Amino acid sequence: MESLGIVIAFYVLSAITIGSALAVFLLRNLVHAIVLLVLAFLGMAGLFLTLSADFIAISQILIYAGAISVLLVFAVMLTPLGSRDNANSLYINIGVPVGFLISLLIGFMAWNTTWDELTGNAIKERDFSDTIREIGNQLLDKHLLSFEVASVLLLFALIGAIILVKEVKKEKDDLITESEN
Amino acid sequence: MIITLAHYLTVSGVVFGIGIAIALSKRNVIAVLMGVELMLNASNLVLLSFSRFGGIYNSEIAPVTGHVFVVFVLTVAAAEAAVALAMAVLMYRNRETVDLDRISSMRW
Repeated sequence: MESLGIVIAFYVLSAITIGSALAVFLLRNLVHAIVLLVLAFLGMAGLFLTLSADFIAISQILIYAGAISVLLVFAVMLTPLGSRDNANSLYINIGVPVGFLISLLIGFMAWNTTWDELTGNAIKERDFSDTIREIGNQLLDKHLLSFEVASVLLLFALIGAIILVKEVKKEKDDLITESEN
Repeated sequence: MIITLAHYLTVSGVVFGIGIAIALSKRNVIAVLMGVELMLNASNLVLLSFSRFGGIYNSEIAPVTGHVFVVFVLTVAAAEAAVALAMAVLMYRNRETVDLDRISSMRW
């Protein structure tokens, strides 16, 4: 991780990510905040690329910057015009100090711990040409049970979301409807 | 100049803190969800950077275990976003608001 390109890329992508995340907090319009959130996700995908995690970076762009942001925009469009602001509640007096303290704590621990980390050529020796093949092997070999549980979780989330938003028909006789439900 | 593990952990900590600040102090349900997504993303960055730099791994353990964990985190995040946004739509349909300060029927 010594090459100048990686260093520059790390600092630029970190600045994009942190700046966009701050803008999500500060912007007053919720739709603008979602656009900046997408930018933060893209910066994070770039940081994943500097860690040579190509498959995860692509997944991040597809799932976060693509799917989840579109879901968020849909949810904003389904709620009324009056509630599209990004206002803070009174809990901002707790939330901002807690967030600041946790950032400070993690930063302090990151710099004051002697990590058993690899540097230089030791990292390069371990690199794969592509991580996708190895991730697939691990998923279907050592983590097979978790893989299946994740698929069941996705199925239940899908069914649950559909059941939650399904319109319940209002019958004229409320008693019948209640007994049926 | 050299980028070490601590650099990545610092970025992740800052993003996590911003996510906590958003999730705790926003009024809108959707904005709170955005904070939660930022926090999940920061945890993904930690997993990936430890997977890249971690020296405790020997050659028997494949160094992509962190990547596999991130795949599961992505799955859980997608499921969570779908269910939470369905709940936001349902909340608006029943209570005519998505303002968390006015959803107080479960307050003791």
